[in-house]
Amino acid sequence: MRICEGEGVTKYFGGLAAVIDVDFYVDQGEIVGLIGPNGAGKTTFFNLISGALAPTSGVILFKGDNITGLRPYQICRRRIARTFQLVKIFPDMTVFENVVLGSLFGSHNLRSSAREEAMEQIRFVRLLEKKDMLARDLTVANQKRVEVARALATKPELLLLDELVAGLNPAEVDEIIALTKAIRDRGITVVMIEHVMKVIMNISDRIIVLHHGEKIAEGTPSQIASSKKVIEVYLGT
Amino acid sequence: MPTFGDQKKNLSQLALAILIVALLAFVPVCCSDYYVSLFISIFKYTVLTVSWATFCGPTGYMSLASAAFLGSGMYVTALLGDALPLPVIVLIGGAASLLLALVAGLASLRIKGIFFAMFTLGLSEGVKGFINWWEISKTGRQGRLVISASGTTVFYTMLIILVLALLTSYLIRRSKFGLALRSIGQEQQAAEHIGINVNAVKLITFAATSFWIGATGSIIVTQWSYVDTQVAFSVFYSFMPTVMALFGGLGNMLGWILGSVVFTILSELLLTPFPYYYMLIFGIVIVSVFLFFPSGLVGLVTRWRKA
Amino acid sequence: MIVLEIVIGGLLTGGIYALLAAGFSLQYGVARVMNVSHGEFIMLGAMSTYSLYVALGVNPLVSLAIVGPVLFPIGFLLNKLLFQRIRKLAGSGDVFEGWSMLVSFGLLFIIQNIALLSWSADQRGYSFLAFPIDLAGLRIPANRLVALGVALAIGFSFFLFLMRTSLGKAVRAAAQEETGAQLIGINIRWMHCLCFGFGASLAGLAGVLISTMFTVSPFIGLPYTIIAIIVVVLGGLGNIIGSLVGGLILGLVSSIVLHIEPSLELVSLYVLFMLILLIRPRGIFGK
Repeated sequence: MRICEGEGVTKYFGGLAAVIDVDFYVDQGEIVGLIGPNGAGKTTFFNLISGALAPTSGVILFKGDNITGLRPYQICRRRIARTFQLVKIFPDMTVFENVVLGSLFGSHNLRSSAREEAMEQIRFVRLLEKKDMLARDLTVANQKRVEVARALATKPELLLLDELVAGLNPAEVDEIIALTKAIRDRGITVVMIEHVMKVIMNISDRIIVLHHGEKIAEGTPSQIASSKKVIEVYLGT
Repeated sequence: MPTFGDQKKNLSQLALAILIVALLAFVPVCCSDYYVSLFISIFKYTVLTVSWATFCGPTGYMSLASAAFLGSGMYVTALLGDALPLPVIVLIGGAASLLLALVAGLASLRIKGIFFAMFTLGLSEGVKGFINWWEISKTGRQGRLVISASGTTVFYTMLIILVLALLTSYLIRRSKFGLALRSIGQEQQAAEHIGINVNAVKLITFAATSFWIGATGSIIVTQWSYVDTQVAFSVFYSFMPTVMALFGGLGNMLGWILGSVVFTILSELLLTPFPYYYMLIFGIVIVSVFLFFPSGLVGLVTRWRKA
Repeated sequence: MIVLEIVIGGLLTGGIYALLAAGFSLQYGVARVMNVSHGEFIMLGAMSTYSLYVALGVNPLVSLAIVGPVLFPIGFLLNKLLFQRIRKLAGSGDVFEGWSMLVSFGLLFIIQNIALLSWSADQRGYSFLAFPIDLAGLRIPANRLVALGVALAIGFSFFLFLMRTSLGKAVRAAAQEETGAQLIGINIRWMHCLCFGFGASLAGLAGVLISTMFTVSPFIGLPYTIIAIIVVVLGGLGNIIGSLVGGLILGLVSSIVLHIEPSLELVSLYVLFMLILLIRPRGIFGK
């Protein structure tokens, strides 16, 4: 079943085209990888789905409903969550406070159940011992986990991960791969932007490739790996 | 999240607060007019400071609109004073302030940082100028006579407004609203993405806190028999809540209350012996606060305790 | 005819506004201080000129040469001793902007009170070149033409300074991109003090001119500060030349409103101000 799809999604900033006429779909339970050289429009694309930006034209549907141009908090309440390329945790709050904000506003109304939900997500990302530390005192890798836990606390059905792996060492990268698979195993659909090919090729069911704002290729990892167009784009002619 | 130990602490704090209010209620009975007037001043500045800080503290916005709200309340009384009973007037004063805050808030949702400060300063001066123009074209004069109320009436009304304003602030801070406000101040985009309707939270808080400022203006103006826009919308009221909150310590409510109480008493002490120098001394105090104890009185006490 | 009146009036007012704003723009654009006491320096320039004229018979045009150099070191030291220290204590840039604005509010009190003690609250005025001159059918007071001439001269020299001299270019560089300016060897702290001093001087000079045309008192400061803020936002925060242009534009707007409904002049400027902040906060030339 298609959980999320879009047609003709376009975004112009003045005269600059960031995303051009992209058609896409995401099936429920998939892990979709979104790749492309720097400046290809990947984060802008995420911004269009999450509501941070409104498309110049085009339509985005989620579970059949038109979510084009809705505000981020409305999109969150419809069960889409995301992380950010540059981590946006709340630095002067503890890990617990960061995550419980997600459950308080994104999914639960009662303080007690919100609290339980937060604890569960903190346990899931393996930050339980650090739950009372200030978020700004954590390593970047741990801050990313906080962001994931906070996003999960809003009980999303679709999770957008923006370069989760950037700046991590190989051991941490493996942990993230395991975490992403565990998230999918919970029934959450994942779309992830990544530059690290190892990660993308390893866990994606399908890959979409953007270049200069346009979708230039789409398919399974092996199809993408052997696509002439994609190789050209990454290695130049 | 409150634990059982916290609940005990909360109860004893509540008991202390009720005791203080009860004691204050006796002031007009036992003390001279001078003290009644002093307390009214303390109440007034505390409402201003706490109302300002409830929104601006966690979000980091610098609002200079307090003068606009206070002055609006004052002019509601000046215009409608003869026509309606005083309690109704005070409510209308609060409502006028709330309306102004909603309009200004809606207009400035996307404005941040120093621009927001300038916008609110422009609002205060703009409302002042507009009412001034309106007064001159309607009555030909710049000032206006106001109905009078006894010191006792003003005192008890201010006490009620103070208690309600503090209660509002306390409830906002302790609720999930308060947590949301802090998150908006730290990382607004992330807050929006986890389901917080940032615009609604900002607007409601800004408007709710402004209500008490307007109500305050409505009642305190009855202490003077005459008002004009220079006095009602003085730029002093725009900046002082910020200075007092910072002076006391921005982090918690106790700091705000401490800051306004100490500052008001200080200005009272300086006003009588040095009527011509008090602005000078005030200015020096303000500058010294930032130079020598930027974390406020509360910060000072904390450091002193640790030493 | 009316158009000419409005345009000349606009240039007159605009010239003064441009001068006011240029100083403020230097202080905010380079030193990053939103100096709410800027108007008080204007007031000091105005009041001193009055006293020098009335007590010693000093020609206001000569006062220009006194007020400017006297206010420069005051501004320089204020930045060096006060605002630099606040910058260190504040930590982040945003906190510094807020704190320095509040500190300047304290300065406003101090300066205004000193002025009140020195001069008392009364409005003061003196007559200088108050006779009218016939210009293209309009009768304009000579002092306004002289003031316009001086303002334009100062403004133009300032403009040349910014565009042609190496120090001027360094000032513009520091206003646009502080880190970059440091990387090419500009001593940024010294630059902050310098610009703050220049800003105070320019304010004082504007005050001298204002005293030749209007009555003055220790309270004239704040409305002028707000006008300076409006002009700077209109021109583009951080763009010093933009503030010169913005001043002229605002002068023109002011002149037009003056012809339609004189008592709404200030209010219309505030409304314009808020509209700019809502629609295009970076102003005409801002980044």
